Amino acid sequence: MEEKALPIVITGHIDHGKSTLIGRLLYDTGILKEDRYQEITASSSLLGKETEFAFVLDALEEERAKGITIDTTQIYFQTPKRKYVIIDAPGHKEFLRNMITGASYADAAVLIIDSNEGIMEQTMRHGYLLSMVGIKDICVLVNKMDLVDYSKDIYDKIVTGMKKFFGKLSLTPRFFIPMSALKGINVAKRDPSITWYDGPCLFEALDELEFKAFEERPFRFPVQDVYRIGKDKIVAGRIESGEVKAGEDVYLLPKGEKIRIKEIKKFLKDDIRKAAYGESIGLIVEGTNGLKRGDVLSGDMDAKAVKEFDANIFWFYGEYNKGDKIQIKCTTQESYCTLAITEKFDPATMDKKKEGLDHLEIGEIAKAKVKLRKKIAIDTFSYIPEMGRFILEKNGIPVGGGIIV
Amino acid sequence: MDHLDMLENKSIYIIREAYYRFKNIAMLWSVGKDSTTLLWLIRKAFFGKIPFPIIHIDTSYKFPDMYEFRDRLSREWNFPLIVGRNEEKLAAGMGPSTGMKLECCTELKTNALKQVINKYKFKAIFLGIRRDEHGIRAKERYFSPRDDQFQWNYENQPAEIWDQYKSYLDEEEHYRVHPILHFTELDIWKYIQRENLPIIHLYLAKEGKRYRSIGCVPCCSPIESNAETIEDMINEVATSKTSERAGRAQDKENIYTMQKLRALGYM
Repeated sequence: MEEKALPIVITGHIDHGKSTLIGRLLYDTGILKEDRYQEITASSSLLGKETEFAFVLDALEEERAKGITIDTTQIYFQTPKRKYVIIDAPGHKEFLRNMITGASYADAAVLIIDSNEGIMEQTMRHGYLLSMVGIKDICVLVNKMDLVDYSKDIYDKIVTGMKKFFGKLSLTPRFFIPMSALKGINVAKRDPSITWYDGPCLFEALDELEFKAFEERPFRFPVQDVYRIGKDKIVAGRIESGEVKAGEDVYLLPKGEKIRIKEIKKFLKDDIRKAAYGESIGLIVEGTNGLKRGDVLSGDMDAKAVKEFDANIFWFYGEYNKGDKIQIKCTTQESYCTLAITEKFDPATMDKKKEGLDHLEIGEIAKAKVKLRKKIAIDTFSYIPEMGRFILEKNGIPVGGGIIV
Repeated sequence: MDHLDMLENKSIYIIREAYYRFKNIAMLWSVGKDSTTLLWLIRKAFFGKIPFPIIHIDTSYKFPDMYEFRDRLSREWNFPLIVGRNEEKLAAGMGPSTGMKLECCTELKTNALKQVINKYKFKAIFLGIRRDEHGIRAKERYFSPRDDQFQWNYENQPAEIWDQYKSYLDEEEHYRVHPILHFTELDIWKYIQRENLPIIHLYLAKEGKRYRSIGCVPCCSPIESNAETIEDMINEVATSKTSERAGRAQDKENIYTMQKLRALGYM
């Protein structure tokens, strides 16, 4: 079995059955431990309900009482093939920031649709945000099929609608599965009650999904901090792209000067020749008077140090009004900035708007020019995602995010 | 990079972020397996040096082995240790048998920690909690703000995406920082094995019993087990039918005890 757990986010409109699905999946695969199951049964009966599978993830008292998911949760389970981290994301618009928090940890996604209600506002908003955070492997589940007498017509209508929607985003979902989380139909095993469907159950579909592909990219190292330890000045950070070798020359951005990597440092490891993507390391460098947090070491000059760039922005907390003091955080780089919004877009309606460009609300997406007070080093999101994505803060609170186009 | 390397590198990144954001920071060490793993990761993050104090909250009801282990490791790894005790309540006889267990946890753990934070004016505390421990802990953020009453506003947590952590502090706030939130119980044991970390022997089986989770003597029950080595334990945890904290009394009193404890500032 693969050791690494594939992170999958479960998204969809409120009440379309995300938490129930996960509870069912865990119960059917024996991952839900007996003592937890009893706790859930006890909690359900306090509220006058049968054992409510959604309570596996909806652990907060308020969530159980109101029957909604407020916050994102992660839970582990496994199939004979591999391990998974299942990330539950709330469907309520007000909690969009929690949905995005969950989605940002995922490599693949499940988008769940209630067959009885059909494609709803949040279905499309979540679908759009998945594409924005860079998730390409999407599995669409048409849930609650038991409520529509397993109607093929209703299923086909939803499938056609979603194919059209994702087509506009240049995405093709990997799977469409008719199912019932409540009844356990097509979750852990295929079920013959849907006679016209002979595709995989959810369990089988998940095993087909893949980790985000790793691509060879040039070296990028945003400086996190500088420590003086003994006589050494150690530049700490994580490699966000590519690899670095001891003795190599790299560029220091935004200044553009050339410096040399003298040593690569890790605790209790000597003579490290090379370090690669994802490693949190220390560097000893020569050829500069000093480095500080927010500097970026780059293997080439393709990374641009800019004061202005174009971005797609999503807003998830409070409101934006023109003139608001906004701070951008991109890797370890920070700056105050202003937004010049050129177009607004509501994924729920697919309408593009040229008016109201000085205001943003929760769930809105915009194209904008981001103007910074000081230069930062960036790549486009499509080239190096780690260097091409950012969050926005207002009064120290995360309010939005974006990708550089 | 293998699975454990990925977990480690992420933790180190978070530890360094928190240290950059909050100069007046400390770590809460229960001397259990999770927080000892965190302590080791902190050593790695700062190349062997631990640049802030380590707090142990002493309820006075801990296993004797835990005190011995604490003192030995603080000497060997060379870090400043702060021992926090709610002396007033201990003098008044507070204990798990004299009152409600919830009240005992609140006084001897939560309030003892509050006293330490207030005394040293810490703005952030590292904690070794994990998502897979409990449904409530699964909802935590890496950087988790607490208000002046030490309350956790779990209904209004900040977004946390792409390794950007909200760290803005109101004057009376402090942060809980959770660098090993993404480790599972199994990951911890595999990591302890790989890194050859010291652990308290209570975790290993003696005469058919061992502790899966350790805390105060009166409130921890051992489980039936023949896992005498870490290797055995990894196999046992991987196939267990009960959850890790099943032996912990505080989780059983009421379904929402953990939520209430955490909302009140419990670790």
